[in-house]
Amino acid sequence: MKALVSLVFVLLLVAIAWIGSEAGGEVVFGVVLPYAAFLVFLVGFTWKIVKWARAPVPFRIPTTSGQQKSLPWIRQARFDNPATGLQVVGRMALEVLLFRSLFQNTKAEMRTEKGRGPRLVFGGDKSLWIVSLIFHWTFLVILIRHLRFFLDPVPGWLLTLGNLDAFFQVSVPALYITDVLVVLALGILLLRRFTNSQVRAISLVSDYFPLLLLLGVVISGIVVRYFAKTDVVGVKELGANLLTLRLSVPAGIGAQAYVHLFLVCTLLAYFPFSKLMHAGGVFLSPTRNLANNNRMVRHINPWNRPVAYHRFEDWEKEFAKEIEDAGYELERD
Amino acid sequence: MAKYTLPKPEDMSAVRYEYDGKDWMDVPVDMRPGNWCYAAPLKHQELLKLPHPHKWHPDDEDWGLPENWKEIILAGMKDRLERFRSFGLFMDICVRCGACADKCHFYLGSGDPKNMPVLRAELIRSVYRRYFTKAGRLGRLAGARDLTVDVLKEWFYYFYQCTECRRCSVFCPYGIDTAEITMMGRELLNLVGINIGWIVEPVSNCYMTGNHLGVRPNTFKDNIEFAVDDLAEITGIKVEAPIDKRGAEVMIVVPSADYFAEPHYFTFLGYLALFHEIGLDYTFSPFATEGGNFGLFFEHDEMKRLNAKLYQDAKRLKVKWILGAECGHMWRVLHQYMDTMNGPADFLEVPKSPVTGTVFDNARSTKTVHICEFTADLIRHGALNLDVSRNDDFRVTFHDSCNPARAMGLFDEPRYVMQNVLNHFHEMPENTIREQTFCCAGGSGIGSDENMEARLRGGFPRANAVKSVHDEFDVNTLACICAIDKAVLTVLMEYWIPEVRVAGIHEFVGNALVMKGEKKRTLNLRAEPLPGFAEEGEEAADV
Repeated sequence: MKALVSLVFVLLLVAIAWIGSEAGGEVVFGVVLPYAAFLVFLVGFTWKIVKWARAPVPFRIPTTSGQQKSLPWIRQARFDNPATGLQVVGRMALEVLLFRSLFQNTKAEMRTEKGRGPRLVFGGDKSLWIVSLIFHWTFLVILIRHLRFFLDPVPGWLLTLGNLDAFFQVSVPALYITDVLVVLALGILLLRRFTNSQVRAISLVSDYFPLLLLLGVVISGIVVRYFAKTDVVGVKELGANLLTLRLSVPAGIGAQAYVHLFLVCTLLAYFPFSKLMHAGGVFLSPTRNLANNNRMVRHINPWNRPVAYHRFEDWEKEFAKEIEDAGYELERD
Repeated sequence: MAKYTLPKPEDMSAVRYEYDGKDWMDVPVDMRPGNWCYAAPLKHQELLKLPHPHKWHPDDEDWGLPENWKEIILAGMKDRLERFRSFGLFMDICVRCGACADKCHFYLGSGDPKNMPVLRAELIRSVYRRYFTKAGRLGRLAGARDLTVDVLKEWFYYFYQCTECRRCSVFCPYGIDTAEITMMGRELLNLVGINIGWIVEPVSNCYMTGNHLGVRPNTFKDNIEFAVDDLAEITGIKVEAPIDKRGAEVMIVVPSADYFAEPHYFTFLGYLALFHEIGLDYTFSPFATEGGNFGLFFEHDEMKRLNAKLYQDAKRLKVKWILGAECGHMWRVLHQYMDTMNGPADFLEVPKSPVTGTVFDNARSTKTVHICEFTADLIRHGALNLDVSRNDDFRVTFHDSCNPARAMGLFDEPRYVMQNVLNHFHEMPENTIREQTFCCAGGSGIGSDENMEARLRGGFPRANAVKSVHDEFDVNTLACICAIDKAVLTVLMEYWIPEVRVAGIHEFVGNALVMKGEKKRTLNLRAEPLPGFAEEGEEAADV
């Protein structure tokens, strides 16, 4: 049901772009919305980060996933339990670039064996890690590849990237490996929301919608490139226009390209208000981005507020008899 | 209340992880007996001046909430969103990837979907979305729902079925820490007078007397003296155990269970033997007779006021540094909160082992050293004369306590100590130890008898791992460095694997320690015959 609602939303978006651009809304879909979406993205993203960053980190609470730095002859796990800023950078880099925490994922299974009773077994499970990693990296490559629509001439490194991506040269235009992988990865991520009972139980509309929207973006892009081919020269012109703030739309781009562009715009505008903000949030996560140097360097809580203590003098009075009985002198300055 | 009997192990472990398609928001909370704790007695709520003190019972329909309870909760949420970056961030960035789902011991033991860390957080996130995000007005579509009394009851049920062990946060790709969320949930509940006796009573006791159990100053002294006598019976040496010794070099902080409960007590004897043997100039504090801190489990301010006593009395006693004993959540507080809350400890000195000269540079700000660090250093320098064979009856595996594991990274120090005082040591399977360790299921103040079923279910993953080494290596002892563990795991083992008992690491140290001038040792610290002496004793009896 939640997935269906999300699918209807995405199809609605497709229809809006198709009908709208066909009905003479090229300027709206080619110029106005892209600018608006980009603006919403920038402002929204910044606003969200500022909102998080404004709340203080009162306590230093890293999750330590390895041996601490203590005695000199005990080997510290520098990236799982960083003690310095530089080691934190290492931990964060591994987390953000390679999804290290997910890499360590396991799967628990309850097995029943004869004469032994139920037994919990844990196995490594790299499936979510590899699929997520593939999705994020291919999406990044695809994003970078799109720079060629904005840059003229196209820089050499970008051409090389495109050539590498089209290494197998299996079709005309050459099939990008990333196009195949990104669809596969998104497909699997969507499929596991249906097939994995636990994940199905926790999924919300706001989980299905971004997945389907991303699929829409990717599929419409593939359609535009391989099937209902659009006028690449026109698209490049539009790209150049957008970049140089020239507000004109070249003719002959075609509704299919506007669908792709509109879905991208929706993604951009939706981004800051959705779970997709994990992209920015991960950098602020206090269990990951702080060094476990708690006993080495004092962490300051900006609102460290006063509390009522049970004073020593009061305790001394309340337990005067017991203290005398114990013979404590309780000497003090 | 319906009559309740504890299920048998075979029924308890028959857990399924499959669900029908029903939306969790449509499943009302079912407060099953054996899975929740009782309310706090009124006098303790009043003594601590907690908000809206009142008498109530979780089994009642009416929880006696204040009239404006909803405004209080929402205002409390706003306040915490502004004060804790973790809270707001963790409300926003979860993608529900499900990596945490099967990491929670309560989920693995119960199969209840709301025990998946992600859903536990969604219980509060759904309310956050409703009242603190624009999209929240869309309701269900945005994953939002209204705050109702039933939601509040659901919070109570599930936030007190989380031990704040942080295992899920190890696996979360963004480090979302359910412990933080549970702490916020419990703080919010506390604002409307909803909290549990098993937490509030120890906090109130600790606030008044200085320790959770309410042991008074003279009884504290008596208990220490008993321990000295018991140790003398076993070793033939009457050690000194100074209390209130001003100007001593080190102040020792122990969880109160160490001088009160078994098997903690044997570990306590181990400390006393060790300190005597190395000639440590130390003292107990008569004022701060508790290292543990149940304030951590429901209110940051309560944690702070209890913790304050340690530095206060260290200052009065003019010691140079603090040595913290085996206790899990005590160490979370000492390591991650104490310096921030009650520091700076500029009246103390950077800890230096008087025996080996090692400077504990890793504790240069808090001036507080973990006893496993301290002892590992002693052993490394050959400062101890050890007869390892005295521990040969113990076939040991090690339970990494959650807080020293995932809030410190204290892994190799206790292992080094054990490897040097024991002959028989076997690790549990790798996905159940170190940073992946499974909780005892009684941490964070829910080690009560009232919620025994939840505890035994939640403890199943740990017990299951112990069973594997018990079957394979004939392990008969589960070692740990946490006072709650020692109490909770004992019950857990009795239920799941009765052949296994629980011990602290310094119990083994005390057993193996060859003390100068000791009598011929025939008993271990439990006053049981040492290996090789049982038969002799029997033979002697035969003659």
